[in-house]
Amino acid sequence: MSKINFLKPDKTNLNTFLYLGSFLFFISVLDVSLNSFFNLNITNFLPGFLSFLLPLILGFIGLYFIRIELSGNKHLDLLNKNINTNNFNAVLSLLIIFIIIKSIPPILSWFYVDASFAGDSKDVCTGSGACWTYIKVWMRRFMYGMYPNAEQWRINLSFIALALLGSVGYFATDRFKKYLTLYYVVIYPFIAFLFIFFFISGGPVFFDFSYGIIAAILSIIVGFFIPNKFKFYYFLIVPFGLYILLKYFIFYEELIELGKLEGLNWVETGAWGGLSLTFIISFFCLIFCFPIGMAFALGRRSGFPLIRYISVGFIEFWRGVPLITVLFMSAVMFPMFLPEDFFIDKLVRAIIAISLFEAAYVAEVIRGGLQALPRGQYEAAKSLGMGYWKMHIFVILPQALKLVIPGIANTFLALVKDTPLIFVVGLLEIVGMLNLAKTNPEWLGFAMEGYVFAAIIFWIICYAMSKYSYNLEQKYKTDR
Amino acid sequence: MNFKLKDIVPQLVTVLAVVLVFGFFTYNAQVNMENRGIDFGYGFLSQESSFDVQFSLIEYDGSHSYFRAYLVGLLNTILVSVIGIIFATILGVIVGIARLSPNYLINQFAAFYVEFFRNIPLLLQIFFWYFAALRALPLPQDAEPMFGVTYLTIKGLFVPAFIWQNFNIFFYSLVAAIIAIIVIRTHAKKVQETHGKQIPVLLISLGLILILPLLSFLFGGVRLSFEVPVLKQLATTSFIYEGGVSLPPELIALTLSLSLYTATFIAECVRAGIQGVGKGQKEAAASIGLTPNQVLKLVVMPQALRIIIPPTTNQYLNLTKNSSLAAAIAYPDLVLVFAGTALMQTGKAIEIVSITMFTYLSLSVSISILMNWYNKKIAITEK
Repeated sequence: MSKINFLKPDKTNLNTFLYLGSFLFFISVLDVSLNSFFNLNITNFLPGFLSFLLPLILGFIGLYFIRIELSGNKHLDLLNKNINTNNFNAVLSLLIIFIIIKSIPPILSWFYVDASFAGDSKDVCTGSGACWTYIKVWMRRFMYGMYPNAEQWRINLSFIALALLGSVGYFATDRFKKYLTLYYVVIYPFIAFLFIFFFISGGPVFFDFSYGIIAAILSIIVGFFIPNKFKFYYFLIVPFGLYILLKYFIFYEELIELGKLEGLNWVETGAWGGLSLTFIISFFCLIFCFPIGMAFALGRRSGFPLIRYISVGFIEFWRGVPLITVLFMSAVMFPMFLPEDFFIDKLVRAIIAISLFEAAYVAEVIRGGLQALPRGQYEAAKSLGMGYWKMHIFVILPQALKLVIPGIANTFLALVKDTPLIFVVGLLEIVGMLNLAKTNPEWLGFAMEGYVFAAIIFWIICYAMSKYSYNLEQKYKTDR
Repeated sequence: MNFKLKDIVPQLVTVLAVVLVFGFFTYNAQVNMENRGIDFGYGFLSQESSFDVQFSLIEYDGSHSYFRAYLVGLLNTILVSVIGIIFATILGVIVGIARLSPNYLINQFAAFYVEFFRNIPLLLQIFFWYFAALRALPLPQDAEPMFGVTYLTIKGLFVPAFIWQNFNIFFYSLVAAIIAIIVIRTHAKKVQETHGKQIPVLLISLGLILILPLLSFLFGGVRLSFEVPVLKQLATTSFIYEGGVSLPPELIALTLSLSLYTATFIAECVRAGIQGVGKGQKEAAASIGLTPNQVLKLVVMPQALRIIIPPTTNQYLNLTKNSSLAAAIAYPDLVLVFAGTALMQTGKAIEIVSITMFTYLSLSVSISILMNWYNKKIAITEK
């Protein structure tokens, strides 16, 4: 065996260094693991300071020994290239490995091992871990706010129906693809509004006319999927027929008055809350802010100076103020600007405020896309004799919007993350409900569980959205 | 004539619509205020405010005016924003560079950090730190001192205060050092451009900024001592630290969450900026014999900064605006003090909300003007 030069590991003694280095590295990881999982300190014969740093030193020497360039061993080379390029990187890698090992046991024990899941009162939560019973007991409140328990099926049903109607795009055949934009931009939001306004909110209005309207609209959508041969007659007869049938021949009002059919109870928006409110607000703001933002983006690039100045003023104003003051404005200042007997529900006011606020951001994002398009596109469209609207709808906007998918997705993400701010106007979505539950005298001291729960939910929503936007971006990526 | 009409009509219609909407609002506001007997005016700003604020940088109590309360709120907002911006920038740059590290563990760790913190609403993070994490801290009487003099307790962070003697001399020496550094830098640049000689500017600057203040200690009669926080008993079970500087838990929670949240966005800007510098630039720089440090300093960073600065400015603006979430945890910032308490007391909704919005608007506009100027200065001047 030739002489080993400890200061400079090289290929000639590859195996010796490999075994020695791996052994030292293994010892250091073992030491930290034992310390963290079983609370054992195998090096406590050493002085405290040295015992604390020993794994780092051992690991560092170990990694130094196995750092042999072009060793010929595929796995070793890969390891060296990825976590062990030089001394500094080796120390950082070790620190990260140790932090991970150190943080696993407390997190695991808090989340699962010592946590309590069973029962339905605070008494079961005696362990040192999380009290998931609290979340279980308060689940309905976190999901539906103060919405009456007996009526919560209305929210569930509406959301399921809207999700199904929203997924129409996936099943549409090629022939109906061209109607999809119209469907998603005009018809779907309208149906969603009807659902939320009449079904979740409830009330007698529902029976006056909206059964007929919803039935008619649903039948129109169904109509797009039936064969062309019958389409004309279908559209001529079915929607109006359904409407008239439901409105005049099935006498709901009389049935209700006779007590044979019960109407839906009216649930005021103050009682709405929880995660469902987050969804409702995000959904409507998302729908409203997009067209408004697009209009102002076009206005900012318009050739008319007055329109341009107004757009710039609008955009810069909303972008310059924080959302919380906008909501303050909608809560305390906006009612002063309306006629005295004119009342707008606070949920609607909040939705208007958030939509206008986010519209300014959407406008800037879309403007970026419009500016990124080469002049040639505008000139080519004009030379084909297209007017302003035709040019924008068929040539400019499809390309510009494709370019700004990531930016728009970021704005929408920001919107979802901004919804908790509606606590300013007194609406409590999931974070607001958490703060309410936290102060309940029977359930004091579980703030951590609540926030972790909400954080997980928001994280899943936002992460899924960002991944989806990434997929969209890849899907619509076209070479130019 | 026809051509002109086509130009004017849409503009006229838009302006008319805007004027009508504003007119409608103003008319209603007038009618409403008359009906409720509220008069419009900013005179209340000089009236006595008669409410107290927990934490203030300037002297303030109930006998001061509403305008003073406004200043207290504004200064608190600026304090939180500045601290947040500093921490967010440091953390963001580190994480952004870490995401580009060839070390797999480091870049995955950085990616995890970014994905984790930016997908959770800021308000939730503030609540988490304030109501859950900081509530787990020890009571003042049980707190273990850090470095012997600093106490992190449930009632806030207590650090020693600096007590200066002849602070102005120290300050002048610092200013002199900075001016000298600027002079030397310009001189060094000129020397390099005309003679091609390099002067070690960094070393000289470091020396200047250390030595001149040190001299002021030795010869200028500047003295520095510390006032250490001391535990004091208020009641049988209530303790508090006195002396030194106390940072309220609201401020800690707010700066912590603001910087952790904003740092993720800054990290992405930094990463995009460094990635945006073409590989050819680095190779070309290396091929003319620059050292790796010089490549980074003279070739990569100047180009990367050009990409990094505009979006980072946006993040600074966002942080400043997000600091208004302070109102949710009762940190006395502009929104809480002025748009909250003062509005409740005076009932002057329109005046107060408009002042608050205008303040944020001017903060945003001034930051963006500053950054636009800087951006223009470092932009590529193409022929």
